[in-house]
Amino acid sequence: MENTPAVEMIGITKRFSGVAANEGVDFTASWGELHALIGENGAGKSTLMNLLYGLHIPDSGEIKVGGDSVRIADPRDAIALGIGMVHQHFMLIPAFTALENIVLGAETAKLGLTDFRAAEAKVLATGERFGLRVDLHKKVADLSVSAQQKVEILKALYRDARILILDEPTSVLAPQEAESLFEMLRRMVAEGMCVILISHKLNDVISYADRVTVLRRGRVVASLETGQTCPEELTRMMVGEDVPTAEPQKASVVGEGAVLKVRDLSVRGRSGRALDSVSFDIRPGEVLGVAGVDGNGQRELAEALVGLTRSTGTITLGGVDISGMSVRGRLEQGMAYVPEDRRFALAPDFSILDNSILGFHRGFAYHGILDLDEMVERADELIGRNDIRASGPGAPVKSLSGGNRQKLVLGRALIGEPTILIACQPTMGLDVHATAEIHRRLLAECTRGAGVLLISYDLDEILALSHRVLVMYQGRVAGVLTREEASREKVGAMMLGAKA
Amino acid sequence: MRRIISGPAFALLAAFGLGAMAIWVSGGNPITSFGAMFAGAFGSGPTVAETLVKSVPLIITGLAVALGLRAGLFNIGVEGQLLVGGLCAAYVGYAVKLPAVVHLPLCIVCGMIGGAAWGLLPGFLRAKRGVHEVITTIMMNYIAFYLTHYLVTNPLKDATTMAPQTPEALSSAWLPAFGGLHAGILLALICLAGYAFVMGRGVFGYEVKVVGKAPDAARAAGISVTGTLVRAMLISGALAGLAGAVEVLGVHHKFYDQFSPGYGFDSIAVAFLGGGSALGTGLSALLFGALRNGAVGMQLATDTPREIVTIIQAIIIVMAGTKFVKNSSGSGGGADDPL
Repeated sequence: MENTPAVEMIGITKRFSGVAANEGVDFTASWGELHALIGENGAGKSTLMNLLYGLHIPDSGEIKVGGDSVRIADPRDAIALGIGMVHQHFMLIPAFTALENIVLGAETAKLGLTDFRAAEAKVLATGERFGLRVDLHKKVADLSVSAQQKVEILKALYRDARILILDEPTSVLAPQEAESLFEMLRRMVAEGMCVILISHKLNDVISYADRVTVLRRGRVVASLETGQTCPEELTRMMVGEDVPTAEPQKASVVGEGAVLKVRDLSVRGRSGRALDSVSFDIRPGEVLGVAGVDGNGQRELAEALVGLTRSTGTITLGGVDISGMSVRGRLEQGMAYVPEDRRFALAPDFSILDNSILGFHRGFAYHGILDLDEMVERADELIGRNDIRASGPGAPVKSLSGGNRQKLVLGRALIGEPTILIACQPTMGLDVHATAEIHRRLLAECTRGAGVLLISYDLDEILALSHRVLVMYQGRVAGVLTREEASREKVGAMMLGAKA
Repeated sequence: MRRIISGPAFALLAAFGLGAMAIWVSGGNPITSFGAMFAGAFGSGPTVAETLVKSVPLIITGLAVALGLRAGLFNIGVEGQLLVGGLCAAYVGYAVKLPAVVHLPLCIVCGMIGGAAWGLLPGFLRAKRGVHEVITTIMMNYIAFYLTHYLVTNPLKDATTMAPQTPEALSSAWLPAFGGLHAGILLALICLAGYAFVMGRGVFGYEVKVVGKAPDAARAAGISVTGTLVRAMLISGALAGLAGAVEVLGVHHKFYDQFSPGYGFDSIAVAFLGGGSALGTGLSALLFGALRNGAVGMQLATDTPREIVTIIQAIIIVMAGTKFVKNSSGSGGGADDPL
């Protein structure tokens, strides 16, 4: 068995409405191998793995599993072939326990009832083998993100997966959690499983994977042993050129005083406080990075600041108490907001024209009537200044790529020269170029003297841009570190609850 | 391309196709039947006028439903709002003595206030408490049916007749009539133009559209979602009330029990078929008015029963409704590319 590869995909082509997502892709992964699949956004990594998992059907090409040519029409076929997939967005039912989620759809019945005892024994045995420890009787809603991920992995293993696909598994984890995930994956590989990892964290790939396949624009650029390459080479292969180093210029001078003062900000959650007595200042020209594992109060913090969530405590913006103001009042007071959830940023069915005034639309109205000329002027300005690739201001926003949408959101937020920018996950899902551009724009705001609150789950991004790092844990401020104090290890430990 | 085929044209084609089959199956001739229907709707000056008169309440109520839909509200309560508006207009029409320049506008405004009041409670409950407006507006419809029935059979009844109706309005409250038409057609056109302008250029229309299609983005942009919903429901109700007032003051000159042949319900089909735009709503209201009017002509000229028109309308509703469901589920961030 060890001689035949676990997965062979030969000459795979898949088009979506004429656009090739995969074009003649050859991909091979072996038993006992941790195989990384890397590439920029839109390079076709997820598409290729969705084809293997039966979520899409290839237009042409052949898939072999364990040496046999197979047809995978839907995920059930894939599961029957021993393929499991952990998606980037977990597919769990929050109100069910971990065990119920694992068993769901693959129940073994005894006298017509689900045999949970047998199932639990099997799950525990599997977990023990690979070091996957989860409280099986807790509801998924009450589990941490990393525990939910373990549930997803156990779900696949419970269905006897021998080939495990993970889509960007570390993007939601603290560094230490990612490390222990890789330890588990290495144990699976040591037992002869085949693990395929979609990732964009090149250091992880080099450290933990055996082989790496690089995709660019739907084609395979290279497939090589990780021991024979380095992050710089992989980046070149992914992008197709040398990228100007993403390390930003941190020359801006932080001023005196505070543009934003937050005192004892609390938000009630479903159980207890989702945000608990958070206090901090942001000085003019400063980027305050908020680090933390997803779900530790970052979203509540942003929404409380913008006024989307009811909160207690005081928020002072440029000397004005805005705690009691509506969203509209806060925006008019000089706050700008780049939401994490893009549904809060844009109306996708509407044109760029309509979206480019959203939130500022009253400024374009005279006696309740919108001035179309001024709107077009604004849209053209945003498109031109931010290099938004679109057919014109009338194009619907949903026709834009993710990067162009985000450029529109950020450009719109910044055009009014805000005094404080609340930027949540501003580069999530963007490619290297778009990310570098967004980073440049954020730092330009600092140079202008604005304050920036940067919330991101990507610790590298936080460390690269921030003057100070605020670490959140369970709705509280675990500590605030200066740029010099904020090492990956220290911040990572605080993200998991260690004291500063 | 697929979207165009599944649009209003497809709904109409399917409706008339299936309608033709229904005529054929029941032993009639679809071509002569449809010919008679067309002649009944557009065959002569008076029939065209009658078609227009039947279209007027459909245009105005169609806009009422369309405005709600743009805001993400499904106002099924147009019928009830229309009845209440009509009764208010009729009451002020006979109970108050004023010169025509004041009396007629006052009646119209009272009709609009009545309709708006009937829309206020569902709008408020939806915006503040999340109670679905479909449920509340249906309940408000029943209240309106029985309340108006009670009023025109008891305290507001015309004592001089047996019929369940109010006394006739004073002529100072009548909408001016000319050549089989009445001035309501002008009001309907003003409503169409106003709707097109407000939805295209007005801040209110802009906010309504954003709230309807992307409520989260609306909130983050500082738009009051609750305020917009309540206002949209008020205006939707006011339009419905206006339609009732126009029908009372222009056609019947009094409110009699069950005077509306279901304009408020046809208006839902009108709005769906019209796709939320002023032009589309106007055209589909005209179509429904023509169907209603042409059905009479068809029944007189051929053996085909007028109920065939109900079948055609029903199929249009199903087809246009299907389109709406597809569109609405596709909104709100469902634009993820497969790449």
